[in-house]
Amino acid sequence: MSEQASITESKPPESKPWIDDTQQPFIRIRNITKKFGEFIAVNNVSLDIYRGELFCLLGGSGCGKSTLLRMLSGFETPTSGAIEIDGQDMAGLAPHARPTNMMFQSYALFPHMSVEKNIAYGLHRDGLKRKEVNQRVSEILTLVQLSDFAKRKPSQLSGGQRQRVALARALVKKPKVLLLDEPLAALDKKLREETQFELVNIQETLGVTFIVVTHDQEEAMTLSTRIGVMNAGEIVQIGEPREIYEYPGSRFVADFIGSVNVFEGQVTEEDTDFVIIRSPEIKADIFVSHGVSCTSNQKVAYAIRPEKIRMSLERPKGVKNLLSGTVEEIAYMGNLSVYQVKLATGKIVRVTQPNLVRTDQNSITWEDEVSLTWDGAAGVVLTS
Amino acid sequence: MKKRSLFIIIAGILGFIFLYAPIVSLVIFSFNESKLVTVWGGFSTKWYGELLQDPQILGAAWISLKIAFVSATLAIVIGTIAAFVLVRFKRFRTRTLLSGMITAPLVMPEVITGLSLLLLFVAMQGLIGWPAGRGMTTIIISHATFGAAYAAVVIQSRLVDMDLSIEESAADLGAKPVRVFFDITLPVIAPALVSGWLLAFTLSLDDLVIASFVSGPGSSTLPMVIFSKVRLGVTPEINALATIIILIVSVGVIAAALSMQKGKNNNVS
Ligand SMILES: Nc1ncnc2c1ncn2[C@@H]1O[C@H](COP(=O)(O)OP(=O)(O)OP(=O)(O)O)[C@@H](O)[C@H]1O
Ligand SMILES: [Mg+2]
Repeated sequence: MSEQASITESKPPESKPWIDDTQQPFIRIRNITKKFGEFIAVNNVSLDIYRGELFCLLGGSGCGKSTLLRMLSGFETPTSGAIEIDGQDMAGLAPHARPTNMMFQSYALFPHMSVEKNIAYGLHRDGLKRKEVNQRVSEILTLVQLSDFAKRKPSQLSGGQRQRVALARALVKKPKVLLLDEPLAALDKKLREETQFELVNIQETLGVTFIVVTHDQEEAMTLSTRIGVMNAGEIVQIGEPREIYEYPGSRFVADFIGSVNVFEGQVTEEDTDFVIIRSPEIKADIFVSHGVSCTSNQKVAYAIRPEKIRMSLERPKGVKNLLSGTVEEIAYMGNLSVYQVKLATGKIVRVTQPNLVRTDQNSITWEDEVSLTWDGAAGVVLTS
Repeated sequence: MKKRSLFIIIAGILGFIFLYAPIVSLVIFSFNESKLVTVWGGFSTKWYGELLQDPQILGAAWISLKIAFVSATLAIVIGTIAAFVLVRFKRFRTRTLLSGMITAPLVMPEVITGLSLLLLFVAMQGLIGWPAGRGMTTIIISHATFGAAYAAVVIQSRLVDMDLSIEESAADLGAKPVRVFFDITLPVIAPALVSGWLLAFTLSLDDLVIASFVSGPGSSTLPMVIFSKVRLGVTPEINALATIIILIVSVGVIAAALSMQKGKNNNVS
């Protein structure tokens, strides 16, 4: 996960307008709600997105991501709330008059037009000269590696190729805001990674503001300047990829992004610079080396990522957070291995370890008795 | 297993013989030299020649073609509007009712349709003075009504299949609603329009019952002329005419089927 987040992490802090109070948001979404009959698809969402951001909406199927995009592009009217783009109120503005372009989840290519004509359609609507249209179309076709397919009809393309046409058609207009609904879902891994880089490149060179919907958390990590995690029509957390991963605000987010061990417990001691949580599940006290806003005796959950737990055959001495158990299952993943360690209480703890050498004869194997330990700052205390 | 497939083949052959034997014999006898319909007198195309010199039949054919053309075109316009209302206006309360109602003319006995149209025309003439008398206009209107019902059903099924998001994406790319309709919707449903038109056209050419009710002096359609001639005795000339009609109708039906098929293959978006 950490190496994938590197694209955005190289950004200097001044390119983070969301931590700068003097910056005006480019897209303001204010208390947007959308009901379909009695069903609430989007529930009171407020969101500020800044110029040039690549904002990812991440969430499970049916949580309202597409509905939110469709309200931005004007295909659904919000039941209540307001949307403002570049200082302009979007209420009552028809889709063709909005400064947004959308790439549809279903691609929505025009079946009776060739790839070329599909892509040129939006440019012709802008009244561009034929010469410029042709030039821009061929540029974008090169970008999505479809130059050889320009004359084909959509029905003669593979799923991934169709997806790239849809992407090209939305990109070529260089709108102020580009809304992409699962833009890369049908691409193979290699092409997906290439296209991800291209998206980031395009976004940086054109300065277009992107809102990308995905339910692939790795993709969100790789692409975005910030992520908004959605659940059941609500935004549960907004933050930079690292923030979302390392400091999830709730059990849902912790669970949804990456894998995590959750230990239920109760606060037994709490001070300004440490907290102790007693967890019957693992029959141990968890030491947290920083203050947490909670009260004594409060029920909390402690979340710790598998890669932050150290595992050893010898029992380390003088450490605070220490568990022991037996290795039940090992999954070899290539770059790392995932171990499932069963504690005496029956609780399963997931631990990942990088595969440092190629053949590791002395490595930990099935049925081994191991000790698990982690730093006081390695996990997060979740109160919700 | 083998026995069964043999049975199916034989049954199939018998079925086709049953369906097509009359037509085939009609086509064969249209090339009969002899004037007696039932006696083979050698091959000849003279009845086709004679047919082309019969002003009554030629006149009726011309009337029929004009009626079929105009009524099919009207039927497509009305049918498209009806199909759009039925498919697109989701909140239309009476949608299911209307959807059922539009198919009613398809199953209504023609005698009833013809009679009710006649009564309507007479009443209208009495009330507003239009249509003045019966003639081509009334036949066109009548054919357009039931043709529209068929067209609506064909277009409706196409519209239901159509992915709404392609219209949305055209709008998103900057096309105003009218442009969306002409650039996207119309081309996508075009195969259904073509097959609906051909269907309405052939139905109109075929119709005898309704036309008999609503026609007036000087507006006898081809089926009407044939029918009255047949009552005086079948001549090989009629066989020749029937053969030509069969040819036209089957070309129409095949073209309609092909254009629908083509639309299906193209429908992947
Ligand atoms: N036109 C509609 N009428 C009624 N319910 C709808 C409509 N459109 C969407 N919904 C419902 O709203 C909810 C959110 O739908 P939405 O398409 O926004 O989900 P999503 O987050 O994009 O999911 P996915 O990842 O599967 O695309 C779903 O439960 C869906 O059934
Ligand atoms: Mg969706």
